[in-house]
Amino acid sequence: MEITDIIREENKVYSAPQLLDEVDMHYCPGCSHGVVHKLVSEVIHEMGLTETTVGVSPVGCAVFAYNYIDVDWVEAAHGRAPAVATAIKRLWPQNTVFTYQGDGDMAAIGTAESIHAANRGENIVMIFVNNAIYGMTGGQMAPTTLLGQKTATTPYGRRVDLNGHPLEITELMKMLDGTCYVTRQSVHTPAAVRKTKAALKKAFQNSLDKKGTSVVEVVSTCNSGWKLSPEKANEWMVENMFPKYPLGDLKDI
Amino acid sequence: MKGEVTLMKGNEAVAHAAIRYGCDGYFGYPITPQSEVLETLEALMPWETTGMVVLQAESEVAAINMVYGGAATGKAVMTSSSSPGISLKQEGISYIAAASLPALILNVMRGGPGLGTIQPSQADYFQATKGGGHGDYHLIVLAPASVQEMVDFVGLGFDLSFKYLTPAMILADGIVGQMMEKVVLPEQRPRRTDEEVKKQCPWAANGRTGLRKRNVVTSLELESAKMEVNNHRLQATYREIEKNETRWEEIDVEGADYLMIAFGSVARICDKARELAAEKGLKVGIVRPITLWPFPTEAINKAAQGKKGILVVELNAGQMIEDVRLAVHDNLPVEHFGRLGGIIPSPNEIVDALEEKLVNPKK
Repeated sequence: MEITDIIREENKVYSAPQLLDEVDMHYCPGCSHGVVHKLVSEVIHEMGLTETTVGVSPVGCAVFAYNYIDVDWVEAAHGRAPAVATAIKRLWPQNTVFTYQGDGDMAAIGTAESIHAANRGENIVMIFVNNAIYGMTGGQMAPTTLLGQKTATTPYGRRVDLNGHPLEITELMKMLDGTCYVTRQSVHTPAAVRKTKAALKKAFQNSLDKKGTSVVEVVSTCNSGWKLSPEKANEWMVENMFPKYPLGDLKDI
Repeated sequence: MKGEVTLMKGNEAVAHAAIRYGCDGYFGYPITPQSEVLETLEALMPWETTGMVVLQAESEVAAINMVYGGAATGKAVMTSSSSPGISLKQEGISYIAAASLPALILNVMRGGPGLGTIQPSQADYFQATKGGGHGDYHLIVLAPASVQEMVDFVGLGFDLSFKYLTPAMILADGIVGQMMEKVVLPEQRPRRTDEEVKKQCPWAANGRTGLRKRNVVTSLELESAKMEVNNHRLQATYREIEKNETRWEEIDVEGADYLMIAFGSVARICDKARELAAEKGLKVGIVRPITLWPFPTEAINKAAQGKKGILVVELNAGQMIEDVRLAVHDNLPVEHFGRLGGIIPSPNEIVDALEEKLVNPKK
């Protein structure tokens, strides 16, 4: 058998996502954003939503998401993505609208916008990449930074008396009557990647079904900010992040 | 009924005018003295008739970012607030200007600084006309002097902002927002269909219909050379607006010895002062800038030719006077009379100020 007999369409088990542009990403090697971008691209394409989706990108590392995923985008001011998405969805109810936010965007500067959009039950998808650090600005403390975790602004580790507690924003989202689906996933293993994709699909379907706000947190690595190799960063996440931010569905109505 | 005269507050009239213009969405947060805009819209329920979206946001910050989102999709969207709330909106306004988006913002000014007072003021002139937020940008700033102009400037503001793809602001003082006057509302226009929006705004991010190339609305550009080009593009638009859209009103300028320059409701008080001054034998003309940006620089320069002096009257400590001085190159005496903290001057006070500062100045 020749190799060309094997490389055939019917034998294909994997291909590049249709909506992910073939360009160099600005993300660091080992960063979770690339995987999450891939999943978002796949889900939108597979659900046939390419022509009707508008993404709202944040300020933070994912500010340039619009350079990679081939749907219409609006780049929001820091923390304001849920407000921006609210208007887009209300003015274009037939469209699918999602926000892509980091921990600073979702749980610090944009807490009000995030909580209130979810509390109104806007029919949007909020994708929340939580890596417990501010990557874009050089590794400062995030609202989700763990106690004891060293960052550029907590050089001796986060202390409760100085910095307060890590904010469990996803648990807060669960309590709001406007949310229909709140889940926490990760992308550190092939199985976790598949689960996250299924969660994203459910979230986008909820939007189509007008069920309310869906929040998909992806507990992620920032190996550059954490100053670890990609492999060590995954291990550190499992050991330290998961106990504070356990994976699984928090709410699924 | 067409052309029917009704009686209403300036703020209420704005709500009616927005619906009748075919506005797609209003996003606001209550603050005195402009809450009637949102209240009237909620009472009129335009979502049942024209399909207009009305939403009370969780803050002024959220409201202006909703405007940013709606504008980014090509829809005709607006917000309203009053001075402290407008300060909160400045981040969003800068983004809207930077992204070259059409939007309408109403500021019904109250006295500041800080929480200040809920009484009328014109102390946000600098903020409105010199940019307001960060970066090099301008808003088209319209200053209504009557409830009728509150109505007319909703349509004019939207038209100009869509023509030049830049946000417009109606800078009203609290008097115009709160007073009741006769007004004729425009006829109801249909809102544009989604297809019409997509055709009119091919740049808008509202979904890749027909798998067209993706649209991205952003103000971010990390390459300085490209960012400079973006800035030049904005500046070129501002020069066009200055050339085409400067508006002002003149009363009895020809033959006058003195000019009063005022905007908004203050110009109407000045008109009464002009009559009182005439009884004393003083010939006074009035120039009322209607667009505060672009400022009627040339018109004021021309009107000032051969005059003995100019009195700039404002509900602030002296803001527009700077632009008047630039317009006339300080070739004649330019004096200011202002009341602060929400106090409205009487016509007699203005005549007294004219006499004290310009006619018989104490040396």
